[in-house]
Amino acid sequence: MDIQDPGFWRAGAISTTAVMLVVLAILTIDSLQDIRAGGSHVPKYDVINQQIGYQYDWTRRMDVPVIGGQQLLFGKLYTEAEAHALMRKGKLVIQSRACMDCHTFFGNGAYYAPDLTKAWLDPAWQQIWMPMTAAKTREDAMVMFLMHPDRYPTWGREMPNLHLDESEAQAVVAYLKWMSAVDTNGFPANFGQTQSQQ
Amino acid sequence: MYRSQKLAVRYFVAAVALFGVMIIAGLLSALYYLHPSLLFDVFNFNMAKIFHIDTLVIWLLMGFMGAVYWFLPQELGREVEGIWLAEILFYVFCAAVAVVSVVFIFVQYGGSNEFSLWFINQGRKYVEAPRWAAVGIVVVVLTFVYNVVATCIKARRMTGILWVLVLDLIPLTLLYLDAFPALTNMSTDLYWWWWLVHMWVEGTWEVLIGCIMAWALMDVMGTSRRIVETWLYIEVMLVLGTGILGLGHHYFWIGTPQYWLSIGGFFSALEPLPLLGMVVHAIYDAGAHHMKTNNRPAFYWILAEAFGNFIGAGMFGFMMTLPQINLFSHGTQWTVSHGHFAFWGAYGCGVIAILYIAKQKISGVNFLDGRAWKWGFGLLNFGLIGMVGGLLIAGIAQAFYERAIGGSTLMAFMAGQENPWFVSGMYARMGFGLIFAAGYVVLVYDLLSAGKHAPKSAVKTQAP
Ligand code: HEC
Ligand code: HEM
Ligand code: HEM
Ligand SMILES: [Fe+2]
Repeated sequence: MDIQDPGFWRAGAISTTAVMLVVLAILTIDSLQDIRAGGSHVPKYDVINQQIGYQYDWTRRMDVPVIGGQQLLFGKLYTEAEAHALMRKGKLVIQSRACMDCHTFFGNGAYYAPDLTKAWLDPAWQQIWMPMTAAKTREDAMVMFLMHPDRYPTWGREMPNLHLDESEAQAVVAYLKWMSAVDTNGFPANFGQTQSQQ
Repeated sequence: MYRSQKLAVRYFVAAVALFGVMIIAGLLSALYYLHPSLLFDVFNFNMAKIFHIDTLVIWLLMGFMGAVYWFLPQELGREVEGIWLAEILFYVFCAAVAVVSVVFIFVQYGGSNEFSLWFINQGRKYVEAPRWAAVGIVVVVLTFVYNVVATCIKARRMTGILWVLVLDLIPLTLLYLDAFPALTNMSTDLYWWWWLVHMWVEGTWEVLIGCIMAWALMDVMGTSRRIVETWLYIEVMLVLGTGILGLGHHYFWIGTPQYWLSIGGFFSALEPLPLLGMVVHAIYDAGAHHMKTNNRPAFYWILAEAFGNFIGAGMFGFMMTLPQINLFSHGTQWTVSHGHFAFWGAYGCGVIAILYIAKQKISGVNFLDGRAWKWGFGLLNFGLIGMVGGLLIAGIAQAFYERAIGGSTLMAFMAGQENPWFVSGMYARMGFGLIFAAGYVVLVYDLLSAGKHAPKSAVKTQAP
């Protein structure tokens, strides 16, 4: 073994890389199982028919989503297939309007606007937007906001109107509801706690 | 000069021009933070930011391709194979960038359908360009790979650097295929998206710039091939040995299993090691040659690359790579601080070093120095360090007030954004950004004029 010899390091580079790639491949196969809709960390799309909460779990020592009993979205019970189609549409709205270049999803994207990971659970819907839009439910307030964010601003930095039609806004709301049920290992921490303690 | 080197110069000109567009778009994006009603509904923040980060990726790619087209014929002592095709594709590449820009300015976004993804905007960070344009990039990169491989085969000669380069271009190209899917599930979407972003900047690009810097060191300091190749292998071993599983630092919070917290935290915490190695290497080489060089600006930009890569990527990355901290720093201006320092240090400075190497050869001087480049160097680096300092302060305030205390709701977000520390950081970023922009102007001026009045020399060029 001669560490002055480039050949020694060449062999080191090749073998290290190969080992790491194998480990990554194994972990990826495992992770993809867990993060498919219906995997251990990511709920099925029809979770939108249920109530979703977010609470501190003392055994895991982090905040985790809590899936409760039935709570219909837009007063409708979605089948798995319908829910899937709705999510497909929601994702296409999100990509086509480049929401991610202002907002973050799971903390990824741009930092000009709030993180949307738990937007479904944001106390602002009850406290600000339901009164402002005179909507009866959270989801109706969300739809109204998403269709006309420029009409219902809460502060100087407004969201522009991205011309979502009603079905598109509903698909996004469903998407955000599903996202809030994903187990994100405790991110964001203490979501909404300051408000709910008051 | 070889035809390949003439093509390289064209790529450099395009890269520098796009670098300018990137700065203008960056300054504009920064301005929205201070004046949120700016161009509201006409050209919103997201479009300005898309311009900023997409031109970033393109100018660096063009800089890398230019660097390889520059050094490859020199390395093998022959013209690049299939160069005519590369010459045509250069214009195709530029035309595609222009068309996408027009669409981004005037159309901006489309409806929720596949048509939008193919022709308007894909809305995935860094790879927003519509699919047709992404196909174009694949074609350009494949031609580039073909040029490199075919030239090696025709020359019947391989060097250590070329082996690393060729093997690196394979995953680099394959990863770009990640620019196409539009998966419904955000967790799987982000899982693959990070392969592209992380495995590019912390894997394949890092190896690519290692090859380019190896050539650069031999060029400006006459470092021996044996030394640069040994270091290159060590770097590859450490970069990929830590960076491949370091990917896990992006898998903390996207819905992925909990084991990523430890795997990602551990391996990414080791990622600064190879970057420290590069600093040691650069200092060692500079010392061994008593700081003697035939190209001062290139030499200093190479040193800036080594230090910038280590501090910006290594240290600023390390600061927030442990999950205990990342839980709060994730997705804040803290990330932006690191992103700027790392991209600038690792890749921006490296490409500029190559620009000066090309400059020297074109102006035919055997010693390149002057006054203007120092101003460019000083203003750009001072501006950048000021910007990342401002962003770091803003980011720490945001991590604290929005994430840790506030709990990341809309209200918490606003509290963070209106915090005086945060606001000062945004003003600082703007001010230092303008200094950075002034440095760019000097850089361009210097690149266009340096060496003009220096003595001509007949040495060094052995072009056919
Ligand atoms: C130009 C930047 C920009 C774009 C693009 C954008 N938003 Fe927003 N968004 C904002 C801002 C700013 C706010 C805060 C508005 C307010 O409080 O008045 C906001 C608020 C929101 C909220 C409320 C967040 C909460 O936690 O209460 C949701 C939900 C939302 N946006 C969804 C979207 C979706 C979906 C898209 C894409 C279709 C999108 N946004 C595109 C800037 C943007
Ligand atoms: C005049 C100088 C510059 C200004 C004012 C500027 C401004 C900005 C702004 C406002 C953003 C958006 C951040 C957000 O989402 O809130 C951004 C993002 C980004 N910029 Fe710059 N920028 C400048 C120069 C540069 C340079 C020189 C580079 C790299 C070489 C760079 C690389 C990036 C990257 C990688 C991002 C995405 C970072 C992330 O999302 O974490 N920028 N910039
Ligand atoms: C040249 C090398 C590097 C470049 C160009 C770079 C660039 C970036 C950019 C642009 C981002 C923001 C990505 C986004 O969300 O859009 C980022 C994120 C990150 N980087 Fe790096 N990086 C480099 C190396 C490193 C290293 C060596 C480390 C660790 C030691 C590191 C740690 C991180 C972490 C933890 C994040 C996630 C930030 C968050 O949670 O928001 N990076 N990097
Ligand atoms: Fe990374």
